[in-house]
Amino acid sequence: MSVVAPIPSRRRAVLPLLRRLGRDRRAAVSIAVLLIIIGASLLAPWIAPYSPTAQDINNMLSAPSEAHWLGTDDLGRDTLTRLIYGASASLYAAFLAVAVAGALGVPVGMFAGYAGGWIDDVISRVIDTMLSFPAIVLAIGVTGALGIGLTNAMIAVGIVFAPQLARLVRARTLVVRQELYVDAARCFGAPTAHILRRHVLPNAIQPVIVQVALLLAVSLLAEASLSFLGLGIQPPSPSWGAMLARAYLNMELAPEQVYPPGLAILITALAFNTLGESMRTMLDPTIKRP
Amino acid sequence: MIGRRLLQVVPVVVLATFVVFGLIKLLPGDVAVTLAGENATEQRIAEIRHLYGLDRSFLVQYAGWVWNALHGDLSRSLLSGEPVADAIIRCFPTTLLIVALALLLSLAAGIPLGMAAATKPGTWLDSLIMGFASLGVAVPNFWLAMILVATFALAYTIFPATGSVPFSVNPVDAIRHATLPAAALAAGGVAEVARQLRSSLVEVLSSQHVRTLHAKGLAPGSILWKHGLRNVSVNLLTVAGLLANRLLAATVVVEAVFAIPGMGNLIVRAAIHRDFPVVQGVVFAMVVVVIATNLLVDLLASLLDPRIGHR
Repeated sequence: MSVVAPIPSRRRAVLPLLRRLGRDRRAAVSIAVLLIIIGASLLAPWIAPYSPTAQDINNMLSAPSEAHWLGTDDLGRDTLTRLIYGASASLYAAFLAVAVAGALGVPVGMFAGYAGGWIDDVISRVIDTMLSFPAIVLAIGVTGALGIGLTNAMIAVGIVFAPQLARLVRARTLVVRQELYVDAARCFGAPTAHILRRHVLPNAIQPVIVQVALLLAVSLLAEASLSFLGLGIQPPSPSWGAMLARAYLNMELAPEQVYPPGLAILITALAFNTLGESMRTMLDPTIKRP
Repeated sequence: MIGRRLLQVVPVVVLATFVVFGLIKLLPGDVAVTLAGENATEQRIAEIRHLYGLDRSFLVQYAGWVWNALHGDLSRSLLSGEPVADAIIRCFPTTLLIVALALLLSLAAGIPLGMAAATKPGTWLDSLIMGFASLGVAVPNFWLAMILVATFALAYTIFPATGSVPFSVNPVDAIRHATLPAAALAAGGVAEVARQLRSSLVEVLSSQHVRTLHAKGLAPGSILWKHGLRNVSVNLLTVAGLLANRLLAATVVVEAVFAIPGMGNLIVRAAIHRDFPVVQGVVFAMVVVVIATNLLVDLLASLLDPRIGHR
């Protein structure tokens, strides 16, 4: 162990985390589940048994059978196929919202924490305000203004989530700012942007990664909710939330149709959450594992 | 201290009104034309432009909107012509009943579960409770609502599947209608309360002063109730406040499953028909409720823990 603390780099902050995650059974299972779902969504045209819009007129709302493993919906479309294709819409929406939240929240939080003073006060007040907006309600509000559409709605969700990340990054930045290596870099005349990118960001990023995993789960649920309400993805494109909406309309005829999309959402959200919790436990030595 | 906390609310409310009002800037093209809808006459467009003050500058519009909002006027619905404030007042009690019931269920089930898990950390009971909590957090509550309808309304007609009854008309029937939606919402709430309570209680129970109490020979039960719960009561209050806000947002979706004419129904229908004043009014009302809840939680916390006021 050396006396001088090594200058951390972003690579060094993220890679050991991934390596340790591989050794955690829950995290490893979650990652495997997520990789399968992401893989299935990318390979949908090749692995799905039918076309997502192909109708089997003789088999509407059919129960699971050899031809249709998970049955069909009210238009005779194969549920398994739509589940596989629907994954891409749901994941796209979740990643979009979190990407927006990260792109806004991380720089703003870092800037507020590093600048301090009245800038920090003003930004913190804005963060507090944004935190009082219920994400889904504002997303509905934005679709009410911009028109219905998944992308608009998820950008709104991302904007509402941004303050959560900003607050985390700000708190970490306040600590890192005091470190000796940041002082040293400043003394050498490093530009602020360089200090933020090379020294502050790698040290502030770990709690963000945890929160990102948890936010992915929340965003996935938000997409499902919006599509269920008819404010997200538009027919005939499949998404898990939209599938649930159709299945619910026909629940008295084919009650089993509400299970595949619901379970898909549950499993994916659970995997994101478990991954996030595992990382949090790993990063925080004071937490006792349940 | 209370005065200072009240003062802190002012900039938050001002900023919130700015964001809510700013939603109008998202409307594409000429706002008046968009608001007037398809096939509107020139006269109708001019009328709307004047009605919403669109012919004036943004800040003047904003000031006008705030001034009207302060007087309880949130403009009128484009579809029905009903004042938005009236619609909100009509729909809010229905939503409030569901949220209150869900919050009650969450605390009633979440607190004992969290306590049970915290007193036996690392045992199978702890793992079981926390496992269910993980499921509760991840389950889409509107999907759970569908399953509850399938089970308790269609297969066994114990609870009604749709609709609502005003509490003032028939309290018993109102609660019967609100039970399934509240139960669907409470799954996440129970999980949240149990998890948070467990983690803060485990911390308190493993602290030095609790070890001293054990050494002194106090019964474990009395340590848990008198010292453990008392120390986490502020935490619990904060969790309940955050949960109330989250339930309020989640009801929007669950109401759709049960076709309940609450705030959710109001804003979703308005969003689909692009009835912008209603959308704006409901978002504003929701934010005001959230800010008020946060304020209430902070004030209650300073009552529960006198140290908070002196920080």
